Amino acid sequence: MKRRTFLQGAAAAAGTAVIAKPAIAQAATEFTLFFPVAVGGPITKLIDTMAVDFEKENPSIKVKPVYAGTYQETLVKLMTAHKGGSAPALSVVLSTDMFTLIDDDAIVAFDDFAKSEDDKKWLQSFFPAFMENSQTAGKTWGAPFQRSTVVLYWNKELFKDAGLDPDKAPANWAEQLAFAQKLTKADASGGVSQWGIQVPATGFPYWLFQGFSTQAGAILMNPEGNRTFFDKPEVVEALSYWVDLSRKHKVHPPGIVEWGTTPKDFFEKKVAMMWTTTGNLTNVRTNAKFPFGVAMLPAGKRRGSPTGGGNFYISAKAPKAQQEAAFRFAKWATQPQRAAQWCVDTGYVAVRKDAFETEALKKYVAEFPAAAVARDQLEFAVAELSTHENQRVTKALNDGLQAALTGTKTPEQGLKDAQVEAERILVRYR
Amino acid sequence: MSRFSAALHGWLLLLPAMALLMLFTHWPALGTLIDSFYTTPRPRRPSVFAGWDNYRQILDDPIFWQALTNNLWFAVGTIPVSVGLAMLMAVWVNDRIAGRTLVRMAYFTPTVLPMIAVANIWLFFYTPQYGLLAQLFGVFGATTQNWLGSKDTALICVTVVAIWKEAGFFMIFYLAALQQMPPNLAEAAALEGASRWHFFRRVQFPLLMPTTLFVLVNAVINAFRTVDHIVVMTRGGPDNATSLLLFRIYELGFGFWDTSLASAMTVILLLGLGLIALAQYGFLERRLHYR
Repeated sequence: MKRRTFLQGAAAAAGTAVIAKPAIAQAATEFTLFFPVAVGGPITKLIDTMAVDFEKENPSIKVKPVYAGTYQETLVKLMTAHKGGSAPALSVVLSTDMFTLIDDDAIVAFDDFAKSEDDKKWLQSFFPAFMENSQTAGKTWGAPFQRSTVVLYWNKELFKDAGLDPDKAPANWAEQLAFAQKLTKADASGGVSQWGIQVPATGFPYWLFQGFSTQAGAILMNPEGNRTFFDKPEVVEALSYWVDLSRKHKVHPPGIVEWGTTPKDFFEKKVAMMWTTTGNLTNVRTNAKFPFGVAMLPAGKRRGSPTGGGNFYISAKAPKAQQEAAFRFAKWATQPQRAAQWCVDTGYVAVRKDAFETEALKKYVAEFPAAAVARDQLEFAVAELSTHENQRVTKALNDGLQAALTGTKTPEQGLKDAQVEAERILVRYR
Repeated sequence: MSRFSAALHGWLLLLPAMALLMLFTHWPALGTLIDSFYTTPRPRRPSVFAGWDNYRQILDDPIFWQALTNNLWFAVGTIPVSVGLAMLMAVWVNDRIAGRTLVRMAYFTPTVLPMIAVANIWLFFYTPQYGLLAQLFGVFGATTQNWLGSKDTALICVTVVAIWKEAGFFMIFYLAALQQMPPNLAEAAALEGASRWHFFRRVQFPLLMPTTLFVLVNAVINAFRTVDHIVVMTRGGPDNATSLLLFRIYELGFGFWDTSLASAMTVILLLGLGLIALAQYGFLERRLHYR
C-alpha cells in the first residue's frame, strides 16, 4: 500500500473514532442481571421477554440477563464477581442468603433508593411472610420476586384406583401415612412399582425438612440469625416421622430422593404424592397427563411450610447509575400485573396481595384453584432457615438429614451433630 | 553474537512461556501457601497470621478425612481399571477385526463428550425405576436400587462414570504405541509358537511401559482432578459419601468463602500429589526402557 493511502486511511479511521465516541457515550445505562433456574419450564425465555419489555418502556436502560445455574451456583457467581470488583447490579438469589451478603458488604438496602412516596408504598406492598427473610436491622435488603412454599401434589387417578376419595388430600400426618400405605404397590419379591409419597432430599433437604419441623411446632433459628435449635425434641420428632416413612413403613423410596427427577417420577406414575415447590406448578400442569391436585402440606400439631425462593438484590459494587436502573427494574418486575403474570407462567406465588386482585390472576385462580394453594398456605408459613454463614450452617443440617435418611445415624444423633457444628460456626456472631 | 547477546536472546525466547507458567502455576501455588497461614479476610475482620491453625482445623474435620478416604478409594477404583481397560481395548482394536473403525470410534466417544454432559446422561442411567439401569435390571427381575441416593453405592457409581470417561482417552495412547511396534516382532513370536497371552506379557507389555508411565501419571492426576460429575450428580452427598478432596476444596473456597481453609487443604493436596509424582518417576522410570 502506498504511504499516502495508508496515512489517509489512518486519518479517516481516527476521525470516525473521534466522532463516534461521544455518540457511544450517550448510550443507555446497561446492567447485568444474574438469575437462577430452579424449576422446570422455559424460565430463561420468560426472563429474556421481561428484559425486552422493560427496555421498551425504559429506552435509556439496557438489561442483560445472565442465566447462572442453581440458586447456590448463582450465589457463588455473584460472590465471585463481587470479590473481583465488578458485580452485576441486580441478581436473584435465595432470600436466606441475606446475612451472608450483608456480612461481605455485597449488597445495598432498597431503602436507599426508595425516595418517592410511590417507592415507599411499593416496599410495603409485599406479603409479610416473604419479608421475614428480606429485612433485618430495620432495613429492607431484598425485594421478593419468585417466592414459594412447599406444597403437596397428588395423583387423583391413583387415589381413585386405591379406593381413596380423589378430591381429598391428606389433612394431617396420620392421614398422609395411611394414604401412602394404600398407594404403595409392592410386588412379591419386594420391588416397588409405585411409591405412596416422596420428599426429595438432594441439594437442599433442609427446606423440605422445615415443612416437617414447622408442622411439629418447632422453629429452627432465631430472627437475628445467630442461633439454631436443631436438636429440640420437636425437631427430632419431625425427622423421625420422615425417616420412618421410608425405613419403617416403606411407603417412601429408601435413601435420598433426587429433587430434579421428582416431578418426572410423578408424571411417570412412579409415586402418587410428592412434596415439591409450588414453583413447579406450571411444569406439572403442562406435563401431567392425569388429573392431579395441589394441597397445603398435612398438619402435624399445626400446618406449616417454609417460604422459599429468591429475592432481588442490588450489588454494592455496581456504579450508582446501574444501581438506580436495577432498582427501577426490580420495582417494574414486581408490579401487580407482572407479578400476576409471573405466577401464571411458573407457579411461584405472586409476591403481593393486590396481584391476586388483577383480572389475569382472578381468572386463572377461578379456573385453576391450585394456583391459590401456596398463597393460602402463607398464613401458616414461617421464614426459611437463614443465619450468618448460611451455606455452612445449612450444610451442617443437610448432612445430618442425609445421614438420618440413609440410616447412618439415628435422627437424634444426626440432629445433635448438626447443632454442635452450627453452634461452632455461629458462636462468634453473638 | 557475543555470549551475553546469545544468553539474552535465549532468555527472551523463554520469557513468554515462562511468564505464563509463573503466572498460572508458580505464583498461585506460592500465594496459596502463604494464604494458608493466615485467617480468611472478611470485611469486618481483616486477615491475621494464624500459623498452623488452618491445618489443625482441617485435620480435625471429619469431612476432610471422609473426602480423603473417598478419594483414595476413587483412585484405587479408577486408575488400575481404566488403564487396564485401555490396554485391553487397544490390543483388541489393533488387530484387523471387522468394524474396527466403528469400535475405535465407539471407545473414543466418551472422551469427546464434556464431563457435565456425561454426568447428566449417567444421572438418567442411574435414576431409580425408569432409568436405563433400572429398566435393564427389571428385565432380569432384580429390584430397582437408589444407586446415587445410598451411601454404599454412590461412590462406586461415580467411579464407574469416571472410568467410562477416561478409558477411551488412554486407549488412544496405547493404540499409537502398539502401531509403532515393528510387525516382525509379532511374526517372530508366531514362528516360535508363542501364545497370544505370552506375546502380550513378554513383548507388548514391556514395550508399552513408557506409554504406561505416561498414562499412569495422567490417571493419577485425573483421580484427583475429576470432580465435575460429582457437582452434577450428587453434590458430594449423600452425607459426604461422594465428597472428594477437590470438591471439598471448592465447597470450602467458593461455597463458604473460607478461602484460607481451602488454601490449607489445597496445600495438603499438592503435597500428596507431589509425593505420588516423585514415587512414580523414581520407581517406575527405573523399570522401563525407552527405545
